[in-house]
Amino acid sequence: MIHFVVHDEGDAVGVVVVEGVKSGQTLTGWIMDQDKDIQVQAKNDIPIGHKLAIKDLANGATVIKYGVDIGRTVAAIGKGEHAHVHNIKTKRW
Amino acid sequence: MDLSKATFWGYRRENGRIGVRNHVIILPVDDLSNAASEAVANNIKGALALPHPYGRLQFGADLELHFRTLIGTGSNPNVAAVVVIGIEDQWAKKVADGIAATGKPVSFFGIEQHGDHDTIMRASKVAKQYVQWASELRREERPLKDLWVSTKCGESDTTSGCGANPTVGNAFDKLYPHGVTLCFGETTELTGGEHLVAARCRNEDVKKKFQFMFDRYQEVVNRHKTNDLSDSQPTKGNIAGGLTTIEEKALGNIQKIGRKCLVDGVLDKAEAPTGPGLWFMDSSSAAAEMVTLVAAAGYTVHFFPTGQGNVIGNPILPVIKLCANPRTVRTMSEHIDVDVSGLLRKEMNPDQAGDALLECMFRTANGRLTAAEALGHREFVLTRLYESA
Repeated sequence: MIHFVVHDEGDAVGVVVVEGVKSGQTLTGWIMDQDKDIQVQAKNDIPIGHKLAIKDLANGATVIKYGVDIGRTVAAIGKGEHAHVHNIKTKRW
Repeated sequence: MDLSKATFWGYRRENGRIGVRNHVIILPVDDLSNAASEAVANNIKGALALPHPYGRLQFGADLELHFRTLIGTGSNPNVAAVVVIGIEDQWAKKVADGIAATGKPVSFFGIEQHGDHDTIMRASKVAKQYVQWASELRREERPLKDLWVSTKCGESDTTSGCGANPTVGNAFDKLYPHGVTLCFGETTELTGGEHLVAARCRNEDVKKKFQFMFDRYQEVVNRHKTNDLSDSQPTKGNIAGGLTTIEEKALGNIQKIGRKCLVDGVLDKAEAPTGPGLWFMDSSSAAAEMVTLVAAAGYTVHFFPTGQGNVIGNPILPVIKLCANPRTVRTMSEHIDVDVSGLLRKEMNPDQAGDALLECMFRTANGRLTAAEALGHREFVLTRLYESA
């Protein structure tokens, strides 16, 4: 069963595609561009559609998704943690 | 899907364009003419009024856009005939003359010196003739290249970028080699991915025009913004759905133009393309505004991917909705025409998802009502550039 998807293997985050992901759950992810599976343990409850970090990110780091810059972290994000507006901001506007 | 001999059944209009709907519309030039227009549409079954809140004391580029949008809407081949009603004769005539260039039946009425009652009576008599005339028109079989297909997504979430938008991209990549006229837009919603669109432009001239439109819209944002736009772009719905930044939203958005087709040209708002291929239209990212603009440019079928569940339709342009979010597909099923949630479970591949969308496109073009049409969604929203005088 696929719990989250990742666009490219260079990405820092994946997208949860099932409802009800709980902290501590071992999740299977599908890296679409390379068609590979990975496993990550969730460190938070994560709603469907929301992202989890699939690697440790320092505060101020650039976040890569689709192989492209989508913004910067404003707090450190550990692998498996919920990654969203509380810890990532735009670099534009 | 082999599209080399693909056809659809459409209405051939006087200027050679092919429509997939056969509407008779009652088109108000201004806010003051909505009541009379709606009264005519109420009198004459099968006539459709397009009320809107604008059209008084606009000037300059904003007024030009108003006329271009109204004339374009009436000229769209999904429209068989038009009754134009304005408070004053002159602007009503200007809109009617613009539409008449297509050769389709059009009449105009000014309310001043007549009042609503007399105008409604005279306009209703014409609308009745148009509706009865249009009801005898018949569809004919036409090659795929006669179809004009636009796209814009809405209430997007992260599943849009993984599932629904790449499905549109797959369909666009399949339609492009067959000479279909395609369109995308949403200028601010390319922010963070504009370099990827620029790299897909056919030549330096197109790239320069695209960059001009992109920069022009960024200037509007920078002039008026009070924060990083995180209250509106991404929207609250986008953020609830897991999208975090404009860059992330843009990269998902751009999936809609596929991986192969090139950007062949750039259009201003509501401007009609001059040939087949993929066109970028400078436009708002607000759903009903953008769809109204592409309808005015002459597009006849629209692909609308959604994540959290946008319910938009358009009075004259059939809006096909597709969604990859399994929760939205379950909770808002009456709005979704094509369910591609299987993509995220690996139960469906992008090629199959693209084919499912194309199959729905052919059925819609041949006359099947979309969910938005059956539910009565007729959002007609004119874009304004600045205040009235």
